[in-house]
Amino acid sequence: MGDAILTPIEKKPASFTASVVGAFGAFAGIFVGAANGSTLLGIVAGFVILAGLAYLAMEVLDESQEKMVRWGLIGLMGVAGFVLGGLPGLVVGLLFGWFFGWLIYWVGEGRYRAHLVPYLTPGQVLWHYTFRVICGAIFVFLITPILVVMPLSFNAEDFFTFTPEMLRFDPEGYSLKHYRDFLQSDDWQQALRNSLIIAPLATLLSVSFGTLAAIGLSQPHVPYRRAIMAILISPMIVPLIISAAGMYFFYSRIGLQGTYLGVVLAHAALGIPFVIITVTATLVGFDRSLTRAAANMGADPVTTFFRVQMPLILPGVISGGLFAFITSFDEVVVVIFVGSANQQTLPWQMFTGLREQISPTILAVATILVGISIALLATVEMLRRRSERLRGMSPG
Amino acid sequence: MTDATAGTDQTTTGSPATTDAKGGMIAADGTPLKKSLSRALRRQKMRALLLIAPLLLFVLVTFIAPIADMLFRSVENQIVRETLPRTVAALSDYDAGGDELPGDAVFEAAYYDVFFAAERKLHTRLGSRLNYEQTGASSLFRKSGRGIDDIGEVYQDQFEDLDERWDEARPWAELMGDPEWIAAQDAWSEDDGAMPPFELRDGIRDVLPRTAMAYETFARFMQTEEEDSPLEEEPWTVVHTALYQDISENGVAGYSGPGADRLQAVEALIASPDFETIRFQDGFEEIDEDWVDPEIWKTIKTYSPPYTSGYFLNAVDAQKTADGPALRDEDERIYGLLFKRTLFMSMVITISCILLAYPIAYLLSNLPMRTANLLMILVLLPFWTSLLVRTSAWKVMLQQQGVINDVLVWLGLVGDADRLVMINNQFGTIVAMTHILLPFMILPMYSVMSTIPPSYVRAAKSLGATNWTTFWRVYFPQSVPGIGAGSILVFILAIGYYITPEIVGGTTGTFISNRIAYHISSSLNWGLAAALGAILLAAVLILYWAYDRIVGIDNVKLGG
Repeated sequence: MGDAILTPIEKKPASFTASVVGAFGAFAGIFVGAANGSTLLGIVAGFVILAGLAYLAMEVLDESQEKMVRWGLIGLMGVAGFVLGGLPGLVVGLLFGWFFGWLIYWVGEGRYRAHLVPYLTPGQVLWHYTFRVICGAIFVFLITPILVVMPLSFNAEDFFTFTPEMLRFDPEGYSLKHYRDFLQSDDWQQALRNSLIIAPLATLLSVSFGTLAAIGLSQPHVPYRRAIMAILISPMIVPLIISAAGMYFFYSRIGLQGTYLGVVLAHAALGIPFVIITVTATLVGFDRSLTRAAANMGADPVTTFFRVQMPLILPGVISGGLFAFITSFDEVVVVIFVGSANQQTLPWQMFTGLREQISPTILAVATILVGISIALLATVEMLRRRSERLRGMSPG
Repeated sequence: MTDATAGTDQTTTGSPATTDAKGGMIAADGTPLKKSLSRALRRQKMRALLLIAPLLLFVLVTFIAPIADMLFRSVENQIVRETLPRTVAALSDYDAGGDELPGDAVFEAAYYDVFFAAERKLHTRLGSRLNYEQTGASSLFRKSGRGIDDIGEVYQDQFEDLDERWDEARPWAELMGDPEWIAAQDAWSEDDGAMPPFELRDGIRDVLPRTAMAYETFARFMQTEEEDSPLEEEPWTVVHTALYQDISENGVAGYSGPGADRLQAVEALIASPDFETIRFQDGFEEIDEDWVDPEIWKTIKTYSPPYTSGYFLNAVDAQKTADGPALRDEDERIYGLLFKRTLFMSMVITISCILLAYPIAYLLSNLPMRTANLLMILVLLPFWTSLLVRTSAWKVMLQQQGVINDVLVWLGLVGDADRLVMINNQFGTIVAMTHILLPFMILPMYSVMSTIPPSYVRAAKSLGATNWTTFWRVYFPQSVPGIGAGSILVFILAIGYYITPEIVGGTTGTFISNRIAYHISSSLNWGLAAALGAILLAAVLILYWAYDRIVGIDNVKLGG
């Protein structure tokens, strides 16, 4: 729709460009100034320099020299950054140069209106971009904690923060030490093994029971459907600490407390709602006449299930299984209470580490786990798309 | 009769050959259609239930039963009745409202109960149970377990001085035990497995009722718990006390069985003026003065029923008193504060999630599909990342020597000396939990907002509404279901959180869940943990019910 409307893009008056870019410069100047001693000086210098640069680029130089000006700006600011703050300063300077080069032309040439409908008032344009910036800040809030962990896990020191060496990009500041710790420590290896035993078993249990039940639940006439659904979903709703407390009391009564079986059963129960939800959602789009057609052609129910129904709902089953897996793999509260020291899993080990602040090995483990979750996320997304495609193909 | 009318309608349009005499439809096999339909339906229902049954059973056993067990524990209180059965019976007409000590009968019953409990090592458990209600009960019972022997020793020593045999195993066994049992026990050897169970001699119970009871308890305990033969173990001092009581009350004049002479000698000794006796009450007072304070008896009396509301009262900062439930003193009320804090912080977290999620959901639902899908990854990645990874990330960021403080110091916004305290307080918990729960708010909001037709907004604008009016009167009301769904979800998740508050909450940022965990693993007051859990569970279930009414549990979506 936006492409159909031709918003006139025209060069803005120099006073406008200079003051807007100058304001950005002043904002950047706050930080540069603060890092170098005087905030006030930074603001004033930032405004003056960038307003000047913007005026220069717009009024003195020709439009066709844009490329040259932008590269020049990157180089200039990079050098300035290096002089002020060494290697980290250089990186910040290069980024500033790139950003301001883009900003000057974006504002000066009026390109910011290109994707907007022509009748917006300046206030609305301003709001549009302010809103984008707010959203960007929220995205930063969402993603930063995860990104911060990764470089810190390569820290050569036992600190939970960036060391001066790391900021100088000194290779001395980085090492794989914490990964080595993880791979060589018996505690962590035992925890990893436990996690890799418990999570797949629990997943297997919840997927096999859950898929059957989901197929049952999506039949047209199920008595007490709501009540059954409420019971099956309840492990997801009941706070973990309550599940943990109840399971601790009950499992120690029947002798399952502190056994692998107990932990597996508990985790399977926690994973079931996810399997039920994803598989029933997939079954909503399942065309029942396919099973009838299969039966019509002489297939028995088991063959029908494995040859017709299963391949179609497989994406849902797998993503339900992944949810169940990650539930068990990430779970701490229940395993702390239901398990004993022998069943210590990876998250439990991390939890102990965090409470007692032992070592940044936790960060290395965290980075590995983030890698795993990226892989899982990619798989689930792929399956979801495949499922949508398959469902689109089936008639009805 | 609707079915019948439907049937006749069918007859007029369908073929008349398949109707029966009354005009109902008939299936191919000759049964009325209605019947065969309902049979097919029933079969279908059965098949569906059969498919669901394994999972339902699984969840009932592994999940619902533990929850039920927890609820049961929050009211269960068998321990007092089981450990002190005689005392509880004797206290039945004791007035817990007054300021008087209970009568001698109660002290006597308590003597036997505490003695047996101490031998079984159950008295400390009861002590810690009663300690939840009255401070000091634990040490009182521990002390009594050690000191209770003193009462019986008064009699044991005097009997022993009279006749050595009163302190020997065999003569006692011959006096109390069935001769056939003694023969069987003599013949028993370790390889035979279980010992022949002790049996009292015929008629001894009528002559020496208390002694018989005490000796039988002793003998059985020796056989089953210690696996020692009662023929070789000298009896507990409680048996001597019982013997003194029996003889001084009824005498043994009419008795002529084995050991009659020894018993008569004891009767004569008791009758002599030099014989030293001790009142049970004095004996207890000697062990600990707290026993002659009515307070402990009131507590035992109050907590003697098999089920109690005491844990729940504790959980709401009240306690049972003789005049019914009463609030605790101002400075002892902690759970009310914790519940209030949990609710308040969950509310703050929910509101911050709404504020942060709304712009994101709006942006995602209004961007072109490709860009929205790309940005969605930024929402889903934290959602899929381990909870502990995110919590540890926040610990790293918020610490005083952490990333945020370092950046602020580097920028000069904060002095190196006064770094901000952002962790181990409410702020830390709120920030970390808002981050962790934000995807749970964005996803439902997004799925509601992407169904709002953009033409409504355009229509409002073309009718002359300003941007604000368009948003507030047209767009916002349509997005409210998303806010509702997300808020309830986030609130439910927030009030039960344990891990994050435990790690970044310090002392002021902890939730009720942390207290529950403390009672399970550290203070071992499981009943109180269960009661707190039950209250939390009730709150969550009410919210869940509301969620089901507003959103429908079937509509929960995972991962966009």
